[in-house]
Amino acid sequence: MNVLNAIGDGVIRGLGYIGGLTMQGWFGLSATPRVLPLVGKRGRWQAALRQMAAIGVDALPMVGIMSVCAGFILAMQAGAELRRFGALQYVMDTVAIGFTRELGPLLTAFVVSGRSGSAFSAEIGTMVVTSEIDALRTMAIDPIEFVLAPKYLAAMITIPCLSIMSNAFGILAGAGFMYITTRYGLSMYLRYVAESIELHDVFLGLLKSLVFAIIIVNVGCLEGFRTRGGPDAVGRSATSAVVWSTFFVILADVFFTAIFYLVHKG
Amino acid sequence: MADPVISVDSLTVQYGDHRVLDGVSLNIEAGEVMALLGGSGSGKTTMLRHIIGLERPTSGTVRVRGVDINRCSPKELKDIRRSMGVAFQECALFNAMSIEENVALPLHELTNLADPVIEIMTYMKLAAVGLGQAAKQMPQELSGGMKKRAAVARATALDPEILVFDEPSAGLDPIVAAGLDELILLLKRALHMTILVVTHELASAFRVADRVAMLYRGSLIAVDNKDAFRTSTQPRIRQFLDRVADPIDSTAVQDRMEELAGMAGGHK
Repeated sequence: MNVLNAIGDGVIRGLGYIGGLTMQGWFGLSATPRVLPLVGKRGRWQAALRQMAAIGVDALPMVGIMSVCAGFILAMQAGAELRRFGALQYVMDTVAIGFTRELGPLLTAFVVSGRSGSAFSAEIGTMVVTSEIDALRTMAIDPIEFVLAPKYLAAMITIPCLSIMSNAFGILAGAGFMYITTRYGLSMYLRYVAESIELHDVFLGLLKSLVFAIIIVNVGCLEGFRTRGGPDAVGRSATSAVVWSTFFVILADVFFTAIFYLVHKG
Repeated sequence: MADPVISVDSLTVQYGDHRVLDGVSLNIEAGEVMALLGGSGSGKTTMLRHIIGLERPTSGTVRVRGVDINRCSPKELKDIRRSMGVAFQECALFNAMSIEENVALPLHELTNLADPVIEIMTYMKLAAVGLGQAAKQMPQELSGGMKKRAAVARATALDPEILVFDEPSAGLDPIVAAGLDELILLLKRALHMTILVVTHELASAFRVADRVAMLYRGSLIAVDNKDAFRTSTQPRIRQFLDRVADPIDSTAVQDRMEELAGMAGGHK
């Protein structure tokens, strides 16, 4: 009976969490247009710009270095196998398609969830613990619109941009590998890559990273809003923000990739 | 007599098996200062959170200016909230903003005033609480008393009719706390605000309040003007006024001691 209780409890809590994510996602996204310049409330756009700097610009070095490393790793692993078949030029396809469809958005999502997902939950968690969220509500200011919407807008703009940068860095690392192993020139490499990737690969990657952006903000902020207790609870929320946003990013990635795989076959 | 500004009717709040408030009714009239007294765990913070509409009661109603805040439209609730300023115990100033920006926030968010007007109003509010010089400082640079004053300035930014204080003197030294009491009285006299002060500090309550209400274990045991309250003979009120500790359940302690002694003896 205890086992059943525990399972039921877990399911109810899980459903509650998903419900919370859905509700918050819905209200957050519908408040996002009110952050836009000119049409939105004054001051919101500046908040979004600050967030963009924090989520995007500050993450660029990290995303760049990780993408170059991952590009090299992918090229070397693929090269080791492909070389045996005398098909080393397929390394270029592997890196280019691998990054635009998959690695670029995914690496970016991991970096941002680690840097900003935890920051969102710590910021909001602290606001909950110090009654700042309550203060906003008693001042008739919607915390979703005031705190969450600028983060949504910022993440939805910067994370796809970061993914594009990640793609570029990864593909350039592939160029480095090809040059070192076979003295394959950069301009030839780029021409080859341009032919091997198709536009819909790039769009698919960007669409994914848009979804990842929504997941990271949504999970990070929900963990923040769920913070109860003292300062130690803020730390716990930050940890679960990273864990759960990474989890949901992977889940969404499988889901999307499966759909596109099936569509492509049919 | 005019309708009360805040009217709490049979407010009951229950979390699981624990009944925090048990059918509490309280009316607060326009222009009066009401002090809500009670010890720790008496339910006074819970009552405050329901009056300012942060929580929904299990049953009962809270009416502010005649509007049931749990059954009104979002528009009505927004109007109610605009007419009510809240100074939280933790001050709840936004740490990323200067004192000036904190006070200007409700003006920016809820009015269409031009920026220069907001700037002037912000300065006036800060000057009124004696913080004219500290406008550019960040909350973490201020002392406890100054933070409380800044919180009051922000709570009064929109010239609310109702002002709610949660433990205004908690954590302050007696002189600073007395200064805050004078500030509350000034707000009442100058701006004719209806003020609810939730506190456990008797001296502060008797200084500022017209009437005093006392909560004990989730029930109101007294609502009276302060002189009548001071001379009350009700045992729970006397205990609170005379600062008498609750007796410790000595038989339980003794039993446990003997049990421990027995265990120690058994190990010999």
